[in-house]
Amino acid sequence: MSDPGEALASAKAAADRIIRAKRLNACLTPPKELRQSLTKQAQAAHPSGVLYGMPVAIKDNICTLEFTTTCGSKILEGYRSPYEATAVAKLKAAGALITGKTNCDEFGMGSSTEHSAYGRALHPFDKTRVPGGSSGGSAALVAAGAVPAGLGSETGGSVRQPASFCGIVGIKPTYGRVSRYGLVAFGSSLDQIGVFGRSVHDAARVLSVISGRDPKDSTCEARDSLRLPTVPESLQGFVIGVPKEYFPPDLAPAVRRACDRAIRLLKELGAAVREVSLPHTQYAVPTYYIIAPAEASSNLARYDGARYGPRFNGALDMRALYRSTRGEGFGPEVRRRILVGTYVLSSGYYDAYYRRAQQMRALIAQDFRNVFDRGVDLLFTPTTPTPAFKAGEKLADPVAMYLSDIFVVTANLAGLPAMSLPIGRVKGLPIGGQLIGQAFLEDEMIEAAYALERVVPAAGDA
Amino acid sequence: MTTAGAGWETVIGLETHVQLHTASKMFCGCSAAFGAPPNTNVCPVCLGLPGALPVPNEQALKLAVRAALALGGTLHPKSVFARKNYFYPDLPKGYQISQFEQPLATEGALSYVSPDRGLTTATIVRLHVEEDAGKSLHDRFPKETAIDLNRCGVPLIEIVTGPDFRSPSEARRYLQTLKQVLEYAGISDCDMEKGSLRVDANVSVRRVGETALGTKTEVKNINSFAYVEKALTVERDRQIALLEGGGVVEPQTLLYDSKTNGVRPQRSKEQSHDYRYFPDPDLPPLVLSEEFIAQEQAQLPELPAAKRERFMAQYALSVNDADVLTGDRAVADYYEAVVHAGADAKLGANWVINEVLADAKTHEEQLRVPPGALAQLIGLVRGGTLSQQAAKRVFAEVAEHGGEPRNVAEALGVVQVLDSGVVAGWVTEVLGAHPHEVVRYKQGETKLMPFFVGQVMKVSRGKADPKLAQRILEEKLAA
Repeated sequence: MSDPGEALASAKAAADRIIRAKRLNACLTPPKELRQSLTKQAQAAHPSGVLYGMPVAIKDNICTLEFTTTCGSKILEGYRSPYEATAVAKLKAAGALITGKTNCDEFGMGSSTEHSAYGRALHPFDKTRVPGGSSGGSAALVAAGAVPAGLGSETGGSVRQPASFCGIVGIKPTYGRVSRYGLVAFGSSLDQIGVFGRSVHDAARVLSVISGRDPKDSTCEARDSLRLPTVPESLQGFVIGVPKEYFPPDLAPAVRRACDRAIRLLKELGAAVREVSLPHTQYAVPTYYIIAPAEASSNLARYDGARYGPRFNGALDMRALYRSTRGEGFGPEVRRRILVGTYVLSSGYYDAYYRRAQQMRALIAQDFRNVFDRGVDLLFTPTTPTPAFKAGEKLADPVAMYLSDIFVVTANLAGLPAMSLPIGRVKGLPIGGQLIGQAFLEDEMIEAAYALERVVPAAGDA
Repeated sequence: MTTAGAGWETVIGLETHVQLHTASKMFCGCSAAFGAPPNTNVCPVCLGLPGALPVPNEQALKLAVRAALALGGTLHPKSVFARKNYFYPDLPKGYQISQFEQPLATEGALSYVSPDRGLTTATIVRLHVEEDAGKSLHDRFPKETAIDLNRCGVPLIEIVTGPDFRSPSEARRYLQTLKQVLEYAGISDCDMEKGSLRVDANVSVRRVGETALGTKTEVKNINSFAYVEKALTVERDRQIALLEGGGVVEPQTLLYDSKTNGVRPQRSKEQSHDYRYFPDPDLPPLVLSEEFIAQEQAQLPELPAAKRERFMAQYALSVNDADVLTGDRAVADYYEAVVHAGADAKLGANWVINEVLADAKTHEEQLRVPPGALAQLIGLVRGGTLSQQAAKRVFAEVAEHGGEPRNVAEALGVVQVLDSGVVAGWVTEVLGAHPHEVVRYKQGETKLMPFFVGQVMKVSRGKADPKLAQRILEEKLAA
């Protein structure tokens, strides 16, 4: 695109589609505000940008100047950031249009987008089901065809899991590949902004734009932005590992069938497929549920009603203000994690929980290095144990909810790039396959995804 | 006042927070300047707004490393920033970025001249980097607390000593020495009134001869050098009185009140924090290259202790004189310039300590007489051209209006008269004016000689050479 009018047309069409998809409760931005902003943005967008006129929906925990940033929480209701995230600034510089803020589990804490203070988001193909989470709003909008791409964020699979549930592509880059500046922190050592696309290419080109060094984030690597690979003819020379721990006996049969078919296709493309072992996989979820809440308990301490965000119960003394603001402003899942995190960092428990979790995290990362050191280029696994589950099904059982992320949290703990792409369906519900790559080798992972995407019957029953 | 009750020994350790002398804050680009209108030096990072991230200030790290080198500590090539978590309205993130398990430096030492024990060494247990919190202002609006976040994120180092001080005055002396070192090396301006040097003290007492430490209390809110000694004395005396009365010391945090010169316990709600320290995931470990450290080592000037030793050896000065002269880098440099301009080292020291520093005290710490002029003045005294008394007048004149001491002395008409005929005239005048004293002298009361010399100096208005005057006096009185 280069005709200045095209951005305006694209903006209007995107706004129409997003508003038509209103029943999904995926976009938190009011229609009128969305239209007005999009018109303004389209006029300002630079026609020479590589994403000129491309609508990109943004998860509501990423700071934008155009819209409020609430993180799906009451505690930030109406909050307008005075600055924008580096990723958002890069998108705008590339000519993209910020098409509103998307619903999510509060502060990214959840796997279903049911833990939002603004109501649950719906699965685009089955309103009784969840779109996954926590970045469920962005995933649902992309899957519904309202926008070609969206930003989400991951702390423990919050892009890949909803991508899998919604039948789209979701990429979580290497920790340090994309600046976290302006991404509202949940678990800082795990958090990364990720991308959704209807195709590998859409997701990859958005990722390429937002990646690269940022002097405002000390944990962002001083590397050039990701260079997009070309679509390969074959996967000759690729060694793809299939970790046995990711195929437990209780894996949903359709998911197993879809994975088996994908593995067969990878072989047909010329890749060498090997079974491998990542022996510490079983500890990933417990490790994650110590480290992420610990960091969250500290990251969320700033929401006290003293400086911004609503205050609850008016002005009382300081402690009462904290108690009422935090007690009423945070939802139950956030409160649960703050409590867990506070507990595991407490003196007397730190060594037993936090320090041991860090040791286990190092072992989990070492598992991956061992496999990669033995010549494996990439890993292939299911993204989730089941397709999208029913709304309400896991709300009463937090551990069951946590276990829906069992195959995705490892990449966050190890800081590795990983992605989900659709590999089939069962009863109309999408199934995702996961590729996990080596640190900062997103290009190899994307190359394999390009090849698989071309041959896999993503819409076919598994 | 500063000696403990008989039979008691005081044990004090100090935790000193020092603001690093940087233009900007520790983790953002905001100005670190003192005194700006409230909440004007702030940005998303130091306000702790959602999504903002810290980036370490390299200049602050350089100064912290320089401080660690100056205090002779083990500088750790890898240290880790940690979060200290607690809720307070002037702490916008709900945690302070500090260092905990892996500080920048450990095991340093600072030697200082104790008023009780002479040259002594205080151990520096640890030195770490951290950011400051904002300020809660309780006196701006009735019944309300105002928050000023300008100070939030200002770079600090915390320097923790062992329980090494045995008296409040010793603790104060250590602090003064620490201040000297930090000022010498350009690390901080150490202005207690502006809060760029703050000190908390751990105080305990024990019976003389005991080796175990007594229960300690922490004294906070000591905000000037003068109060250091007062606050520690008050707390020591409180503990001794308590123990002598059969009571026990409660481990607690006390706030010093300079108005009442007393201590009061901090409210219990503000106490017993579990800070839940953990490594800050927003900041990679601080890894220092050898070049970085070497660069700061090269930036380090000769420090007061080394200079003091050198002055004692090179200029044959007493430890006390050397200590005074090296207390301030500008004074030390000035003294050396005076000596290099030809002044006798010992006389130069006396002049600087007595005249120059006294003059500076009343003139905004200005060293008003140029070193070359002072050297010339000292030379004039030594050569007999000026009496000590006349030289002081010349010094004052040069300080006030400038000029060459030789010319000034002539203009003032105080050049010493070496002509024995002229001096004999003054002697005759003095003897004639004091017949009684002459009689007493002649009857053997020779201790009156200085009186006669003084009178000759008086009538000559300081111009007579006192040695010549005495010789002539002795001749005439013997006649």
